[in-house]
Amino acid sequence: MISDQSAFDLPNPRGPFVNFETYSAPSFYRMEEDLKLWEHRGRVAAAGVGHAPTLRRWDWQAQSSVGAWSLLAIHNALEDAGISPSEVDGLTMVADTSTGAFWPEGREVPAEFLKTFKSTKDQWDGLTKLSPEWIIKNIPEFSNVKFASVASFCVSHALTAAIQAVGDGLCKVCVVVKGWSNFEGRYRHGGALAQDTVSGPRKWIHGMAGPACYPTAMQFQRYLDKYNKTHDMMAPFVVNSRKNGLLFPEGYFAQHRPDPITEDDYNNARWIAKPANLLDNDLPIHTAGAYVITTAERAKDTRHKPVYVLGHAGKGWINGQTQVAARPRGMIDSLEEIEEYCSSTAGRLLTSAGISVEDVSFENMYDGFTLFHVFHIEGLGYAGIKRGEALDFFQTDISIHGPNPVSPSGGNVGGGRSRFWMHTDSIQQIQGRAGARQISKPAEIGISGGPVPQNSSFLVWSATPG
Amino acid sequence: MPKQSPIPDEFERPYFDACNEERLVLQYCGACDRFQHPPEISCRNCNSAAQLTWRQIKGDGHIYSYAVVYDTPLSLMQSEQPYNVAVIDLDEAPGCNVLSHLPGTPAEAVPVGAKVELVFETTKATGQMVPEWRVVDQ
Repeated sequence: MISDQSAFDLPNPRGPFVNFETYSAPSFYRMEEDLKLWEHRGRVAAAGVGHAPTLRRWDWQAQSSVGAWSLLAIHNALEDAGISPSEVDGLTMVADTSTGAFWPEGREVPAEFLKTFKSTKDQWDGLTKLSPEWIIKNIPEFSNVKFASVASFCVSHALTAAIQAVGDGLCKVCVVVKGWSNFEGRYRHGGALAQDTVSGPRKWIHGMAGPACYPTAMQFQRYLDKYNKTHDMMAPFVVNSRKNGLLFPEGYFAQHRPDPITEDDYNNARWIAKPANLLDNDLPIHTAGAYVITTAERAKDTRHKPVYVLGHAGKGWINGQTQVAARPRGMIDSLEEIEEYCSSTAGRLLTSAGISVEDVSFENMYDGFTLFHVFHIEGLGYAGIKRGEALDFFQTDISIHGPNPVSPSGGNVGGGRSRFWMHTDSIQQIQGRAGARQISKPAEIGISGGPVPQNSSFLVWSATPG
Repeated sequence: MPKQSPIPDEFERPYFDACNEERLVLQYCGACDRFQHPPEISCRNCNSAAQLTWRQIKGDGHIYSYAVVYDTPLSLMQSEQPYNVAVIDLDEAPGCNVLSHLPGTPAEAVPVGAKVELVFETTKATGQMVPEWRVVDQ
């Protein structure tokens, strides 16, 4: 389980370099069972998005470290919004930047990194993790930041914390940043997984069989058996996602491997944990992304059309200051539990936003593993589908030009694992500046978020405040 | 199946000690009337440890679903690929599932719905025993 402070102890507000208050991110999530209309509906907006370039793995250059690229993404997001850094008074983020690849044993921290950036007391800050203190120390204009919050797990949670905090009046211009540090070596190989003993929580699930996708694969196998479907029915979705991802100039595949894939490529991809193959898994990459969230009022004067937030809701279990995944009785969540999580989360999301699913123009729900996308869109009832119908739906026109665009961002399987393409695309679709990805139908309301059914936060974005 | 030897945390010790006696005990919350597994320091439902006890069960169950692993990061298991991993619904602990490699069942021939029975295997590094489930011959 991932606690909210897994990567850092939150800085002491009275410490010598810190003049901002830190807040528990879970206090901003909406995970209650009986959600009502969101109290700040239409009064918070996205004003800017910014991205760093992408790499498959860090090239050991100081200027492309996860810290440096997080600064670059923040700079680009503020430029995009036309907002000065000195106006920023809030910062939310995810402290954990790891893709699952470990820092290579014996490798020293490049001297150039230490020379270029101000350090915190943690030598790995800016390299394998990221703290608000590191960001603020390295952006002198952020001297007005008075609010900071570190979310666990996912940029969807960090965005949610920013949106709720702006709504609550804790800050007015909040920057959200998520960086990813990816190193050489095979994903998750080595380290504790190469030992002949296993300690801690790892002994239970991953120690039992290995690859991260195998519990989801077991749930999906149940899905295939229950609804009498086959894995190859996923192919049109994965092909469409790569196609959309190649239209996303900021994405990894558009930048480094600009080749479409075919249904045969998907169906012939090697198994990782059958029924999840290589292309059902998203590719770990090195990158960073950032957002500017502000009040609807302030967003009126920014560079682009504001994108209003109508509501948010997620799934998880909050215990005091921490939030963890929903907890099944047994070793893994059954398909039936997953389906229930997805239906209830989506239902509460729509209630929160005061809309019905028919109002949704497009969806950018989480897809890394692709199998999650099936569960999420069935829970939402996107395009009128019910449980067991997503794979049939994938055989219809799900392209950006069709009546029911699916994952126009291309998601994480189309752009590499960032967990933020979905949010960027949703904002840009509604602003009408998604470029070659722009959906043909009017982009009025979109849903983005994730990641997993057990632990999620989703957002409803809108062209109007409602 | 070669596996890492689990090193018990203190609150998990009754479970692993019982395994070494070839007995399966699961945590049970009397207040919520439900089993949970793996062990935790409190009930996942009511968050209290007040009525959390260990209950021994026979361990019979049925195969709910499975996956076949072809690319594992676990060094010890790489020589066994592809191998199966199955979700077992326990007859005596509804809603509380366990995982097994179904010793004796070929990777690609997992009989979903089949009855299974509890067996124990010894892990090499420490000798800690762990439960597995075997398909019952019909």
